[in-house]
Amino acid sequence: MKRWLLPHPILTPTLALIWVLLVNSLSPGAIILGLLLGWAIPLFTLRFWPAEVRVRKPLTLLRFVVVLLYDIVVANVAVAWLILRGPKHTTPAFVVVPLSLTTDIGISILANTISLTPGTVSSWLSPDRRRLIVQGLDVKDPDALVETIKRRYEAPLLEVFEPC
Amino acid sequence: MLDITLSVLILIGALFTFIGSLGLARMPDFYTRLHGPTKATTLGVGSLLIASMIHFSSQGEGISFHEVLVTLFLFITAPVSAHLLSKAALHLRVKSLAAPPHEVEEADSGEGQ
Repeated sequence: MKRWLLPHPILTPTLALIWVLLVNSLSPGAIILGLLLGWAIPLFTLRFWPAEVRVRKPLTLLRFVVVLLYDIVVANVAVAWLILRGPKHTTPAFVVVPLSLTTDIGISILANTISLTPGTVSSWLSPDRRRLIVQGLDVKDPDALVETIKRRYEAPLLEVFEPC
Repeated sequence: MLDITLSVLILIGALFTFIGSLGLARMPDFYTRLHGPTKATTLGVGSLLIASMIHFSSQGEGISFHEVLVTLFLFITAPVSAHLLSKAALHLRVKSLAAPPHEVEEADSGEGQ
C-alpha cells in the first residue's frame, strides 16, 4: 500500500473520531472533514512518529479498557475511603515492578494505567527501562501488588503490543 | 425523574472531588498527597461529565457527546503530570514516609539518563 494513501492507519480514525466529538455532530459533512483531517495531519507529522504502532489483538485491548474502567471506579471508592479514614490507617510504600514490556507505547500505557488506577502512581522508570517504580498509598503486601499489576495490566498489554 | 438523576450524579461528582481535595490536606507526605487530587477526582469529574451529557442531550438539540473528549484528555494528561511530579520529587529526595527504593539513588549518583 502506498504510504501517502493511508499514512497512519490508527491515527486517521482516531483523529476523525476526535473531530466528530469536537464539532458535536454526526452529520456527513463533519465525518468527511474529520476523515480528511485524519488523512492530512498524519501526512505532515509522519516524521515525528518514532515507530509504527501495531495493535495485534484489538479484542484483548478492548477487554483491557473495560477492566481498566471498572478498576478505576472501584479503586476510586477505595481511595476515597482511605482519605476519609485518615492517614493513620495507610501504609505508603514504593514497589519495584520488573517490566516485561519493551516497546515505548506499551510502557507508556502501562505507566498511565498504573497512575490512573487510584492508590498507585508510577513514579520512576529506570534508565534501562527494565523496572518501573510505583508508589502505593496503602500497600499491605508489596509482592501481591506487583503480582496484580503484572497479571492484570501488563499481561494483556504484552499480548497487544509486543512482537513475538 | 431526569432532574433527580442529574442531581444525584452532580452530588456524587462533587463529593468525590471534595474528597480528593480533602486528601491533599489530610495526607502526611508529598507522595501520598499526590493520590487524592490526581485520582479520586477521576470519578468526580466523570460523573459530572455524565450529568452534563444527559442534561444537554435532553435539551432537544441532538445528542451531546463532546464531554467524552474532556474525559479522554483528562485520562491522558493526569497520569503524565502525576508521574512527572513524583519523578521530580524522587530526584530531589523529598521527605517521604516510605523509604524510596535504592535504584533511584544509584541511577542518580551514576549520572543516569
